[in-house]
Order: sequence, then C-alpha cells, then structure tokens
Amino acid sequence: MMNISQILALTQKEFLALLRDKRSRVVLIVPPVVQLLVFGFAATYDLNQVPVAVFNQDRGSESRELIAKISGSPNFEVVKEINHDNEIAPLVNNREVLMVVHIEQNFSAHLHRGEPASLQAILDGRNSNTAMIAMNYLRTILFDYNRNWLLTRSQTAPRVRLETRSWYNENLLSRWFIVPGIMGLLMLVVALLVTALSVAREREAGTFDQLLVTPLQPIEILIGKAIPGLIIGLLEATLILAISVALFDIPLRGDLGALYLGVVLFLLAVVGVGLMISSIAMTQQQAILGAFFFLVPAIVLSGFSTPIANMPDLVQYLTYLDPLRYFLVIVRGVALEGNSYDMLINQYWPMLIIGVVSLTTAGWLFRRRMY
Amino acid sequence: MRLHGMIRKESLQILRDPSSIAIAFIMPVVLLYLFGYGVSLDARDIPVGIVIEHPDAASEAFAGVFDQSAFFLPQRFDAIQSAREALDARDIQAIIWLRNDFSSRLFSGQEAPISVIVNGVDSNQANITRGYIQGAWLAWLGHFSAAQGRALPIPVMLEQRVWFNAELSSQLFLVPGLIAIVMTLIGSLLTAMVVAREWERGTMEALMATPMHMGEMLAGKLIPYFVLGMGGMLFSVALAVWQFHVPLRGSFWLLLVSSSLFMLVALAIGLLISVVAKNQFVAGLVAIITAFLPAFILSGFLFDIHSMPVVVQWLTYLIPARYFVALLQTLFLAGDVWPVVLTNLGALALMLLVFTLLVWRKTGRGLDD
Repeated sequence: MMNISQILALTQKEFLALLRDKRSRVVLIVPPVVQLLVFGFAATYDLNQVPVAVFNQDRGSESRELIAKISGSPNFEVVKEINHDNEIAPLVNNREVLMVVHIEQNFSAHLHRGEPASLQAILDGRNSNTAMIAMNYLRTILFDYNRNWLLTRSQTAPRVRLETRSWYNENLLSRWFIVPGIMGLLMLVVALLVTALSVAREREAGTFDQLLVTPLQPIEILIGKAIPGLIIGLLEATLILAISVALFDIPLRGDLGALYLGVVLFLLAVVGVGLMISSIAMTQQQAILGAFFFLVPAIVLSGFSTPIANMPDLVQYLTYLDPLRYFLVIVRGVALEGNSYDMLINQYWPMLIIGVVSLTTAGWLFRRRMY
Repeated sequence: MRLHGMIRKESLQILRDPSSIAIAFIMPVVLLYLFGYGVSLDARDIPVGIVIEHPDAASEAFAGVFDQSAFFLPQRFDAIQSAREALDARDIQAIIWLRNDFSSRLFSGQEAPISVIVNGVDSNQANITRGYIQGAWLAWLGHFSAAQGRALPIPVMLEQRVWFNAELSSQLFLVPGLIAIVMTLIGSLLTAMVVAREWERGTMEALMATPMHMGEMLAGKLIPYFVLGMGGMLFSVALAVWQFHVPLRGSFWLLLVSSSLFMLVALAIGLLISVVAKNQFVAGLVAIITAFLPAFILSGFLFDIHSMPVVVQWLTYLIPARYFVALLQTLFLAGDVWPVVLTNLGALALMLLVFTLLVWRKTGRGLDD
C-alpha cells in the first residue's frame, strides 16, 4: 500500500532541490519566457518587405502599373531598379535581393495586341521556403492583374471569380499558428528536462543510494519525482498562456477546461518519457543527451512548423507516438477553432495511453536499474 | 607535456561515455534523415470538399479539374452544411462551393462567383492551398473557353527561374543548415555540460591545484571536443553530399575554415555557459535554451530573417549560427561568393574574440563565485 505522506515528503524534497539554487530558479522561469517572446515574434512564415529588384525594359503604362502593384504590396519592397542585365547576378548572389522581376521590352505592345506578354521572376533558391512563398505572392498579384485585364478588355471572358474566405485565422497571421505551438514546445522542453535529470542528478551526487535506504518503495519514488515536473509544467503553461493572450493577442475561442485537460494529459506523457530516460541514464550528461534524442524528433515531427500531412506516409505513422502532435492540435483547436471536449477526444486518449505506457515502463526500468 | 596529458584524459572520458560519440555521429544521422525526408512545405493530396448544388456539365467539368490534380484529394458534398461540418472536424482543409445558379449565371454572361473557404489555422498552408486552387481555377478557365471555341490567352505569363535550387527542394535548403545545428549541439551543449561537471564534482579545484595554467587546462579540455565537432561536421557533410545529393559548389577548404571558426565560437559559448552555471543542470538548460533553440529558430535555418520584426532581426546579429547558416547555404548551393563569405567569416571572427574575452574574464577569478 502506498504511503501518501512519504510520497509528499519526497515531492517536497524534490521541489527544495530544484528551487534552492538561485540559478536553478531563474533558469526555470526566465529563459522560457524570453524564448516565448523572441520566438513568438521571430517565428513567422509570412514574408514582409521581401527585397526585390525591378528590371523594366518596357516603356508602356501597363508595365508601370504592374510594377506599382508589386511595390505597393506589403509583402514586397522594391529596393533597386536596375537598368542592365549584368546587374542581376551580383544582387542575387550577394543576397541583396530575394527576387528580380524582369519585364521584357515589348510587354505593353504584346498585351495590346492580345498576345501573351511575359514577366520573368528570378529567385534565390537557397531558402526554398521563402522562394516558394514569394513566388506565391507574386502569382497572386499577377492573377489579380490578369483577371482585371480580362474583365475590362475582353468581352468574351467568363465572369467567374473566386471569393476566398479563411476560417479560424481570418487574416492568415502565421503568429496565430506558431505561438500556440511554442507553448507546447516550451512545456515539452522544460518538463522533459526537469524529470529526465531528476534521477541522474541524484545518482551522480550519490544521494540516490540514500533514497534507496529509506522506506520508500520504487513506485513511490517514481510518483514523488513525477509530481514536480507536472506542477512546474502546469505553472509554465499558465504563464505562457497568459503572455500569449495578453501580448500576442492570440484568441481563446474554445473551452479553457478542455485545454487544461489536454495540458495535464500531455504533461503526464512527457513526464513518463522523462522518467524513462532518467531510469536508464547513469549520468546527467546521458540524461540530457537522451532527452535531446527524444526532443528533436518530437519537435520536428509534431506539426509544429511543417504539417504532418506533407510528410511521407511512413513518417506520418511515426508521429502517432509523439505526444506533442496531439497537444498541438488541442492548443490550436481551443485557441483558434473554438473546440471543446467533444472535438478533442481523439487527441486525449492517445496521450493518455502514451502516458500510462511510459510511466509503467519507467516504473519497471526503475526496479531493474536501481542497483 | 601537461597539455598532452590533459588532452589524453579528456579523450578517454569522451570515448568511455557513449553519449558523447552518439551526439557527434548518431545525432547528425537522425537530424539529417528527419529534415531530409520528414519536413516539407510542399503540400500534396490536400483533402478538399467540393459542394455542387446543381450538378450539370459545366460544374462537373470544374470539379473534374480537381479530381485530376495531384495536389488535391477531392470529396463531394451535396450541401454546404455537411461540408462545413467536415471542415470543422478537420476532415478537409478547404471547401469549394458552386451555388445553385452557377451555370445559369455563367452562360448568361453574369458574374458567377465561386466561394472558397480554407482552414486558416496553418496560415502558410492556407496560402499555398489557395494558390493551388487559383491555379486549378485558371486551368479550368482555359479549358472552358477553349470548349466554347474562344481561346482565352492568359495576358501575362509568369516565367519562373530559380537560382541555386531549381527544384525548390526543401532538402537542399535544410540539410546545409543542419550542420550548424549539429555543431552547436556538440560545441555548446556538450562542452557546457562537460566543464560544468568538473565544477560540480569539485575536480575543477583539483585541476587548479596542479601546475597547469588556466589556459592550458581549458585548451586541453576543448581540443578533444573540437576534434569531435569537426568529426561530426565531416560526417554530416559526407551524408549530405552522398546520401542527400546536396551539391557542394563552393570550395571544400572554405567550408573547413568556416566550420572550424564556428566550432571555436560554439566552444567558447559552451565554456562561458559552464563557467557561469557551474552545475550541469543549469548548464544544460541554459545551453539548450540560449544556444540550441536560437540556432534553430533565429539563424535563418528554417524561418526567414528578413520577415521578422526589426528588433528581432537585430537580435539575430548576436547569434553566431546565423552567420554560419548563411555561409553553409551559400557554399553548398551557390559557390564561393566572396562578399557573402568574407562578411560572415569576419563576423564569426569578431564573435570569437568577444566570447573568448568574456570567458577569460570570468575564469580568471579562481574558486569562488
């Protein structure tokens, strides 16, 4: 039978060990908050003010109109107007511009004659994401230009138009997508590291042997070590949530309770994994590196920055093991989509399973590796 | 002689602990494979819902474009309500809605709007999806007009030329930057913990009691990790070039020089962290949060620096990984572009100077805080 007061005593000791050192206290609060602030502002896929150079060999008003549309867009900033072919290469190579827009000589003439006129876009492909996104913006501008041209000049064009609306994130702010993700990311990092290091630190300091001499059973030690990670994780979650809503204007359209249920289940899974690592690692170095080996794939495959749907099928199966994957759906679902418990059930139970399995495994490993 | 002994001790410690070797050689493999194959912004098989309220030839032709496209996985819905529910349940990513009077308006020359609703949670993917839908619409427009006997030329054609990475392959772009991540891990995280361990265990005091100078001691500690880091780098480069077919268009020597310089900076940072932290727990957390995560998010490796708020852009100037990532992307994909290479190398050299000075000041003190 488990002795609750003993477990609580162990938990209290864990907290003291964590918080006694001033550096330790600072490092649990300050860096995550700073990270949230910096990355919340930095991590964005929206391109703003992409430096563009324009090479306009045409004299007509149509080309000027098109250029005006490009420079008027918030996504682009025309930093240079070039007059000669050989100016292109240095600008792109040296990364002074991401894109060069080249309008041929007879652009306006072609348009008036009803012949296709060409616009050449030269892009720096070193960052393929930005290149693709910039291309997409340019295509949209061109699309509007073409459509206007057809509608005003041609009597025969079918007057079909696309009316696009975006749900949940009406203005398509990538910040609304990424900041909730950062919340999951930071919780994962802190909870995992705190738990992963807990046993290893004691092993290195020799105090683990002292723990073994106490009346505490292995399962009680496990629970006592799991609780601080859970509580700290919960506090961090609340802090990060408060900052996200207050500073980044992230909406909270859904059920807060549903979010917190997700937080608890997520932390359970993370703490379970952390304890598994902690039971295997003999030194703190091994514990941190082990945590790392779990962290990096967990972050990359979670859908934090790139969609799981785009991954190869085999890799998608792997993501089912990643608790962060489910948590991100929950956090984005509650914040942006207004989800409540019923819409999130499919995210809750996998995390519960991962938590139970990892905690049981940790307990089993604990007994094996104790001596 | 003393230096030699120090190096030997450190190397033995590395070899005895499998986790150090794992970081240098297994982590690159994990990272490269993850990013090389797992990460992609290129969407395909996007599940979309098509709602046609009044099925007929024209609307079927329109839906047909989506059926044939590799980008979409279309599903049909009879009414907008069920499509909306599917969007809510995350079964589809977008809805394309042709209303009752679509065909009649189309053929009578009136305005015939098509409503498109996209799930905007992932704004980037929403933009890309919208772009694909526009492309499909344009294709349909061409077919429709041709079928009517009226060829509809697209007025302005876009001719796209991508330099350095013609296929716009994510792999070519991400893999070089990963080398910076790997070296940050070895240089800053591993080293920070290793030196902090000596402080924590008290063996640092023992070392100070020996006749060795502080400088010799630090050099002896760092040289094996420098070698380990360069080993990790060479292994990553080999993987990148032979497994992932990333071209190395610049000179290998420049790559070596840049990597060595960056490694030294990373080591200096690791050392600084360990000196300030003095225990592994804090050192590890600080290294991950101030060295690894910035290298990941602020270096230009994944997110574009130009698009960040101006204040954050200034911050990236403080991050060594930023310069190294720029060097890597250029040396691999573009070649020896001297203005880029020299500026970034210069910046790294400056950072090395600054961090070395900081470490010097912090370690000169002795045993007390």
